[in-house]
Amino acid sequence: MSDDQTTHAERVTHALVRDVALPGGRTLALVTLDNGLDHTKPTTLGPGGLGELRTAFEGLRARAADGGVDAVAVTGKPYYLAAGADLRGVASISDPAQARHIAELGHATYRLLSELGVPTFAYVNGAALGGGLELALHCDYRTVGTDVSALALPEVMLGLVPGWGGCYLLPRLLGVERALELILTRPLANNRMTGADEAVELGLADVALHPADFLEQSLAWTVRVLDGDVIPRRRELDDAATWAAVTTAARDRLDARLHGAAPAPYRALELVAAARDRTRDEAYAAEDDALTELLMSDELRAGLYAFDLTTRKARTPAGAPSAELARPVRAVGIVGAGLMAAQLAVLMARRLRVPVVMREIDDERAAAGRDAVRRQVEGMAAKGRISQDEAARLLASITVGTDLGVFAGADLVVEAVTEVMKVKQQVFAELEEVVAPDAVLATNTSALSVSEMSAHLRHPERVVGLHFFNPVAQMPLVEVVRTEGTSEQTLATAFAVAKDLRKTAVGVADRPGFVVNRLLLRMLADVAGAVEQGTPVTTADAALRPLGLPMGPFALIQLVGLPVALHVLDTLHTELGDRYPLSPGLERLAAERRRVVPEPDGRGAEQSVDPGIQEVFGTPGDAPALDEQGVRDRVLAGLAQEVGLMLDEHVVPGPEQIDLGMILGAGWPFHLGGLTPLLDRSGWSERVIGRRLHPRGVADVPA
Amino acid sequence: MPSAARPPRTVRDVVFVDGVRTPFGRARPDGLYAHTRADDLAVKTVRELVRRNALPTDRIDEVAIAAATQAGDQGLTLGRTVAVLAGLPPTVPGYAVDRMCAGAMTAVTSTASAIGVGAQDVVVAGGVEHMGHHPMGASADPNPRFVAERLVAADALVMGRTAENLHDRFPALTRERADAYGVRSQERYAAARAAGRVAPDLVPVALRDPERGWGLATEDEPPRPATTLDQVRDLPTPFRPGGRVTAATSAPLTDGATMCLLAAEDTATELGLTARMRLVSFAYAGVDPALMGLGPVPATERALARAGLTIDDIGAIEINEAFAVQVLAFLDAFGIDDEDERVNPDGGAIAVGHPLAASGVRLMTQLARRFAAQPEVRYGLTTMCVGLGQGGTVVWENPHHEQARENAREQA
Repeated sequence: MSDDQTTHAERVTHALVRDVALPGGRTLALVTLDNGLDHTKPTTLGPGGLGELRTAFEGLRARAADGGVDAVAVTGKPYYLAAGADLRGVASISDPAQARHIAELGHATYRLLSELGVPTFAYVNGAALGGGLELALHCDYRTVGTDVSALALPEVMLGLVPGWGGCYLLPRLLGVERALELILTRPLANNRMTGADEAVELGLADVALHPADFLEQSLAWTVRVLDGDVIPRRRELDDAATWAAVTTAARDRLDARLHGAAPAPYRALELVAAARDRTRDEAYAAEDDALTELLMSDELRAGLYAFDLTTRKARTPAGAPSAELARPVRAVGIVGAGLMAAQLAVLMARRLRVPVVMREIDDERAAAGRDAVRRQVEGMAAKGRISQDEAARLLASITVGTDLGVFAGADLVVEAVTEVMKVKQQVFAELEEVVAPDAVLATNTSALSVSEMSAHLRHPERVVGLHFFNPVAQMPLVEVVRTEGTSEQTLATAFAVAKDLRKTAVGVADRPGFVVNRLLLRMLADVAGAVEQGTPVTTADAALRPLGLPMGPFALIQLVGLPVALHVLDTLHTELGDRYPLSPGLERLAAERRRVVPEPDGRGAEQSVDPGIQEVFGTPGDAPALDEQGVRDRVLAGLAQEVGLMLDEHVVPGPEQIDLGMILGAGWPFHLGGLTPLLDRSGWSERVIGRRLHPRGVADVPA
Repeated sequence: MPSAARPPRTVRDVVFVDGVRTPFGRARPDGLYAHTRADDLAVKTVRELVRRNALPTDRIDEVAIAAATQAGDQGLTLGRTVAVLAGLPPTVPGYAVDRMCAGAMTAVTSTASAIGVGAQDVVVAGGVEHMGHHPMGASADPNPRFVAERLVAADALVMGRTAENLHDRFPALTRERADAYGVRSQERYAAARAAGRVAPDLVPVALRDPERGWGLATEDEPPRPATTLDQVRDLPTPFRPGGRVTAATSAPLTDGATMCLLAAEDTATELGLTARMRLVSFAYAGVDPALMGLGPVPATERALARAGLTIDDIGAIEINEAFAVQVLAFLDAFGIDDEDERVNPDGGAIAVGHPLAASGVRLMTQLARRFAAQPEVRYGLTTMCVGLGQGGTVVWENPHHEQARENAREQA
């Protein structure tokens, strides 16, 4: 039975019950959640596991009624309380009745726990995510191991709501403001998790205990609670005015960010907003309704697809040769010492833990490079991201010189010089004279042809693209670019380096713009084209908001820098033709060094286009001016066309790699599944390229 | 400016502050600790000691932990690894100790010596043995010279045979006496447990069982209460056909950990730690490996001689019961009656178990409890035999005794 079979078999989490004798002749029934696998296979809850848990709780309720049990506690196998609902099982739900069954089963099971008639305790010994944390919320009291770092309600990130009681219980336990922090803010901030100390501060747990004797001391604490020696504090319910004010403010923040694009966060907010005045019956019924609808939504299915893509599937990049072929990298060279080069050098030294040599063309630039490295390293140390010792190691392991000979001992040399083909060709030609015969040469180009760059080399087979995204340290994606001639060993080395750098690699063919820039620029080109043809810049800027992208098109241009964007656009225009039209208006703005969005206001508000730039595009016209829907259609049609061409050109093996790139390289949201699930569900893939990109049910609700 | 005179050396009194142990488990595939690591057992005891005594952990100068097998979950320098795992500050050093069954006893006497000469103030010492994970001698590779050159008799490496040898050497040590002693050990342990004299020494241990979920060990597993003479009279003699040593007169194979806190007496006063015993003297002695059970006799003679005491001064004895016959040999050597209440009144290893290197501190912990209950006893001793022909004895003074308190007042 393989994990990858289409029919998902639930790995049932068992509810093992053992009695523990407490002082005074009392008995505590200890329930352990354990799926029988080691800590690499998280405990999850599907219908089978919930059924076992329910049976266990029913048995305990009977024993409690007979006086045979004085307290009940729930804990997990090492390192997990429970990682939440069985998501792979969720993905196989095909009708609303099944969806409602899961919602109700969770409620019915957990509710038993809170109505056992004896005090209940959760010993949170490890990760408690989603339904795992909600299980703990149904207990009267909670202890948490001081080593626990993964407490979270990631539901809205995926497209669900904490609907096994979370939206009702959490605001009542923590207060509505803190609850929304955990239910909305953190999941939407790359699913930031909460650790033990903070959990105690928030009121999510009553006490944090050392992991070395966590269970023993949790039991000892239990005895003190039962004896009345410890009385955990509970807050009053927030007043109605606070409740309303906090939820209203949260709605404004959601609107500013999502413009209504994703249903789940709004449903979660509605449930929390109403939780104050609802009975538990009413609240749980509303959660059942919300879960049922969301479980049957395309946004959730796209979210689950994206989650699987970015977690499980990202670990084994498509098209990567066997890792055994990779050449060991014991020293790295970087050509250039500009800002991006310095970032690359620090990343390589930090993650590969090898010497990094950099080379600039003169002493002045080398000194500037040295300064750039020092500033970065000291900045990381000042923020506490690395220790002083690590800072010292990094600074000692990165050297900057002017002699090309420094690359003689490097196993991998990455060029990060200016984006001009002739310059890059010359760099590679010079490198070939000094590097070891089997050293790998990589380019960090964002759009130039790697094949052309290596065409005149004696050994083009050792050239590969390693396209990092800015800022290098934070962005999780690397595009690994292979040419026709790139050898398996070279490619394997590139993938191995990406992995050691803790980046997710997407293997791409050497086609202009690879994946992420090709699609982002197609979007920008279509937006700019609409503006050039008379659409008001404000209309064009607002048109994509209903998609819930991380930023508008003009804010994106401002982020990458208008000159850089135009340079890539120019390359793509040359290589791919009129699908990437040049924009005289944008070129004029660049020439005048103008911003396209106003300076940030410092409060993190979304950046909209500066209406003042309209002048460079002339007065908006009537036809062929587009309205927002028109711009959106043009963009989606363009993206569908481009995806179709990319798949025809075998840039990547399939749509999954496109989505992985857009999610990790451009921050496109889970509820769109990256890009291709959106194109399928909006019909644009069928309209433009005549076929769906995924079979139904893969990233949307099965037919 | 450096001082011309070297610092004065004064031998300082060492006190036993507190001792704890895990419940002992049977070393079997279905035993209490089948799924629990040895080092984790030790960790629980260290944390409990620190907790019970509100000890400032940065004041711990040493962690010395013994194991007879120093490999696997008992390897990697236990004293240091357990200190780290128990959350002690990284500044606290530690080491591992091995003197087979007298490991924890040696951890105590070595660290006590360091306290005595003023090198340390507060130490943690103990031992652990998971005989289920590490069957006796399983990883040993005895030098062939032992046998080839007859350095030791072939019997000497099998403890049960050395016990049979004791019966041969002293015909007065009959199977009947040994059986009666073994049954009495079970009776005495059961009575002590019923009277609440066992539980205070125990640290509960969380038990993970992949099939049954988490549980909690709160009781010793090896004891066989209600064992009768009739039941043991016809038990087989596994170490020799027609022999005398049986399961009922041998300590069972056991998993468990023990730990104690020692301090210089002045440091104990400073930190508000209770002195439960005061170290008087200690000695180790070698005997014929084939008669290793005799070890406690010369060790005790030496320890008493160094203290200027005789056996008549000793009001309480905790002797490890590796085998009943070995205890009886000790009693005969010192003219003590088989049923003397001064000796193991709460039972011994035959009932509770003998996790090899851990047992020494169990003896001390029990003696400390007896001292508190019997202020009329001035001196006591803990003693045990050791594989390959050794014995170890530690003589202790009862700080609750009137004379001891008077002496302390005078010194103050």
